[in-house]
Amino acid sequence: MKYVALIYSNHGAFEAMSQAERDELMSEAGGYLKEFTDSGELIGEGFALADPSTGRTVRVRDGLPAVTDGPFAEAKEQLAGFYLLDTESLERATQIVTRDPAARFWAVEVRPIMDTAGTEM
Amino acid sequence: MTTEDGVGVEDLLRQFAPQVLGSLVRRYGHFDLSEDAVQEALLAAALQWPEQGTPEKPRAWLITVAARRLTDELRSDEARRRREERAAAEVPSDEYLEPPEPEHLPTGTDDTLTLFFLCAHPALSPASQLALTLRAVGGLTTAEIARAFLVPEATIAQRISRAKQRIKASRIPFSLPPESERAERLDVVLQVLYLIFNEGYTASSGPDLQRGELTSEAIRLAREVRRLLPNDGEVAGLLALMLLTDARRAARTHPNGSLVPLAEQDRERWTANYIKEGVALVTDALARTPLGPYQLQAAIAAVHDEAARASDTDWVQILALYELLERISPNPMVTLNHAVAVAMVKGPRAGLELLGTLDGDRRLAEHHRLVAVRAHLLEMAGDRAAAHSNYRRAARRTTSLPERRYLDARANRLTRYAP
Repeated sequence: MKYVALIYSNHGAFEAMSQAERDELMSEAGGYLKEFTDSGELIGEGFALADPSTGRTVRVRDGLPAVTDGPFAEAKEQLAGFYLLDTESLERATQIVTRDPAARFWAVEVRPIMDTAGTEM
Repeated sequence: MTTEDGVGVEDLLRQFAPQVLGSLVRRYGHFDLSEDAVQEALLAAALQWPEQGTPEKPRAWLITVAARRLTDELRSDEARRRREERAAAEVPSDEYLEPPEPEHLPTGTDDTLTLFFLCAHPALSPASQLALTLRAVGGLTTAEIARAFLVPEATIAQRISRAKQRIKASRIPFSLPPESERAERLDVVLQVLYLIFNEGYTASSGPDLQRGELTSEAIRLAREVRRLLPNDGEVAGLLALMLLTDARRAARTHPNGSLVPLAEQDRERWTANYIKEGVALVTDALARTPLGPYQLQAAIAAVHDEAARASDTDWVQILALYELLERISPNPMVTLNHAVAVAMVKGPRAGLELLGTLDGDRRLAEHHRLVAVRAHLLEMAGDRAAAHSNYRRAARRTTSLPERRYLDARANRLTRYAP
């Protein structure tokens, strides 16, 4: 079963961290990604996203595009990065994400990815 | 590209893969390195044979090429190790080049069975068991396995190398499990094959065709286990179950990928020879071997497959089979299907009552299959409002796109009854 792990962080949170905390997070993140890539459960790479202010949100209404600067949701917590997991169960995916250093500082959401396969009922 | 007797090179290679590997491991030990060497020999053959023709003794060719790769690898390994260890201590190592064992086992029969057990060793994770079985016994490449499971090749490579490290570190011997563990270990082998089958079967439409090939690979491997253990009823039962299920493959989806429930499938499109073979297998197993869950599930599939129309289905017999299955192998998914049979024989309320026994398990109570079955039975019972909300809830809970599409469509038919 495939899952996406979505790292949400508070806008100012990273800036508010001390240099020591940042270094700790960065070095641990590398080890975390490697450990579960090696176990064959983390698939592909992890992606860190640029600040939400650098992006745009696009809507097309009645054939007309409306483009706004910035993120879709004006939430305090924004998507900061993501990676994919392929594990036996949601329990196992949760267990892995518990080890993500980002979960200690912010929050990581684990969401199943829809399968294109299915069973007739 | 086919050889003179009409067998494709690829089929030939897959058939020889476990025999060549078995022969190498017997002679040199080192399952992990032997497995890599066999893969290289298979790749070399896949490139050369179609161009230059299949060698006269293809199996011997593969063994020779793989053995050469392996000894090269062992020598360079040994040299590397010596370089590394020279500084520390000069320990003579004869571990890497064991004396060759005498050549034996003309058919490789025992070796193939041993490989099945080794690849499905309980010390390995299920994902690793699947990948290793497909590569070491099935002769598939890492790339083919990765395409089938829709993950990057590196991920499958990791799972295989993990599994091989585990086998090495745990000193799992290359031999059949002791008689006392044989039945339990065979269960795992069959489970691995069934997982491979289901991975392919549920995906047998549209863009997932490559994944769908896992179904035929699982059937091929199940045939192989059956050839090696012709008197085991559960092996026959699993093969029968796969055939009787796969027989419906062409009818189970619309061309656009949406699911067609069993009752609405065009039975003309079912594969008649699979049904015939499956029915014969399960009938024979039931008559002469101890009863087991695969045989019972195959028997249930056979009753469905033998009905010319959905309305001809012998639900009384299916119900009796589910009662037996629930007795010898109780689990919530069996209870779910049992409830459907109860509803067909004794009416939807009786079915709903049996479903109610699963509500105690909070996690299962929200499982989309339970909610979907409840929706169906409520619809049968004429409670359309409750059916509607259960279809919607099941649609939200499933993680399969075609299932969600199907469940939403069922809900939409009942929208005017929504509360």
